[in-house]
Amino acid sequence: MEHPAADTILAVEGLTVDIPVSHGTLHAVRGIDFNLRRGETLCIVGESGSGKSLTSLSIMGLLGKRLKVGARKMEFAGTDLRSLSQAALRELRGNRMAMIFQEPMTSLNPAYTIGDQLTEALLLHRKVSRRDARARAVEVLGKVGITAAESRLAQYPHQLSGGLRQRVMIAMALMCKPELIIADEPTTALDVTIQAQILRLLADLKREMNLALILVTHDLGVVARIADRVAVMYAGEIVESGTAEEIFKRPSHPYTRGLMRCIPVPGRTKPGEPLGSIPGIVPSLIDRVEGCAFRSRCEFAEGACAKPIPERTAASGHVYRCVRPVQEERAA
Amino acid sequence: MANMDLAAEPLPDPSPATLLRRRVLGHHGLTFGLGVLIIIAAAALFAPFLAAHDPYAQSLFARMKPPFWMEGTDPAHILGTDQLGRDYLARLLYGARISLMIGVVTALISGLIGTTLGVVAGYFGGRVDLVVTFLINVRLSMPVVLVALAVVALFGGSLETVILVLGLLLWDRFAVVMRASVMQLRDLEYVNAAKAIGCSTRRIILSEIMPNVVNNLIIVATLEMAHAILLEAALSFLGLGVQPPTPSWGLMISEGKQMMLFEPWLITIPGIALFLLVLAINLVGDGLRDVTATENRG
Repeated sequence: MEHPAADTILAVEGLTVDIPVSHGTLHAVRGIDFNLRRGETLCIVGESGSGKSLTSLSIMGLLGKRLKVGARKMEFAGTDLRSLSQAALRELRGNRMAMIFQEPMTSLNPAYTIGDQLTEALLLHRKVSRRDARARAVEVLGKVGITAAESRLAQYPHQLSGGLRQRVMIAMALMCKPELIIADEPTTALDVTIQAQILRLLADLKREMNLALILVTHDLGVVARIADRVAVMYAGEIVESGTAEEIFKRPSHPYTRGLMRCIPVPGRTKPGEPLGSIPGIVPSLIDRVEGCAFRSRCEFAEGACAKPIPERTAASGHVYRCVRPVQEERAA
Repeated sequence: MANMDLAAEPLPDPSPATLLRRRVLGHHGLTFGLGVLIIIAAAALFAPFLAAHDPYAQSLFARMKPPFWMEGTDPAHILGTDQLGRDYLARLLYGARISLMIGVVTALISGLIGTTLGVVAGYFGGRVDLVVTFLINVRLSMPVVLVALAVVALFGGSLETVILVLGLLLWDRFAVVMRASVMQLRDLEYVNAAKAIGCSTRRIILSEIMPNVVNNLIIVATLEMAHAILLEAALSFLGLGVQPPTPSWGLMISEGKQMMLFEPWLITIPGIALFLLVLAINLVGDGLRDVTATENRG
């Protein structure tokens, strides 16, 4: 019998990121938990400054020394990431876990050709010849839908368009056949049609290679298209998480509902009608934050919101942190 | 209608080498600078074959012979002789060796010190940066000529002393420029991306960051080379640098200055040589920057 956890590629419990600032400590990520299985896509959603990118960078171990990362548990395929040495972490990065960055314009080194950059990870981690590495690069470029891959290898990043560069970034992440890919807003810098292509590509590749994918985004349209599971972050906490279907059909946390009201729905949103918005701003996370961080902007806030909020499980099986959850179903 | 056939043929992609040659030849400043520099370097290299006379050989019978364009010139000495009767052309050719050596070696020593300090400070930041910035400030507070004066007073002037003093003093601009340019790059996403594929810090600095700042390094290196050559001339002129009878351009100007009003060519000839060399080096540095800038690479 197979152990149920064997399928889990990433297990995170109680992840915190603290940033020392001139007067106190900024608790940018405040104790988040999630599990990710092979072949699953987790979307982390939230507005700017909610700690999405910090979460993904801390999993890769890419945060600077100034930022303090803590966790009760942080396991990648059964290995405790916290106990690994720098060298062992480097061995994992790019090899078994890869990252796709937000800015295709600055994520490629202008001094090297596409071919050099694609083969770098492979040559670093595997004992392969330069020729085999280039063959693999051509293969992967074909996989991400780049035609005339052979001739692209000799080109420099400035000779490629934004969409192509993002494809190259994805190809770079795929070179070593990783088990986990973390994509930090991979489509934000691209225009809408390219965005759709890149998302479809990510979804196809994930299915084909049984990848686990963490997609950090603030675009719920992206989430609806690609996610198996969704975690909604607000002020450094996961306020609601569950399967994508559940979250879209029955958002329980007022923040999640607020987010969904912000998306125009073709056919239903009338021209000239204002879109939903969430009043107020994200509270300061410097020093201790008590209770629900959303209460200052929440229309349902009450006295109990100032006390620590326990995690609750809805009847439908998804988890949320709210004392006054919204119950009714949302017209899909 | 031959044009039609030509249009049908797809244009072959020029090879990178062709492109580079085209860019170099299309840059007039660079071609001129390179030309002058190559001539001076060749002159320095082949000085023993080009010079008909020993630069140290004195002759009391052939003192102060004017160069070829003036009256009373001696055909054996094209550029005339100095007050000790030494052939001026030979001294000029051998002097090029001194100037070039000072320029190159000083730029190497100071470049190594300054680049290391600057890159380390720029990449790691924080306390490392504070220490390096302090070192730069300390260095900037020491006037080069005064330090040279003190060192020469203590150890005596010689070519080695001058090179060492200049090499150990002129690293400040390397450090400042490298620090600033590395700082701009270290937070770019491709550096993060390199970390994300498991590159070590050493590898990131050497193979991700350095190729992108090497342009700046080239400019600073050429500026400092020219700076060092001028400083050597100035120090030798003041009697703090290369000591007679070594043929140095600065020293030649210094030795000629008493006769400046009567025999102006004694200082104009080495002066023009110095001017041309410094100009050529600066033009080459400027041109190399334009030609190798990553944004023009194709």
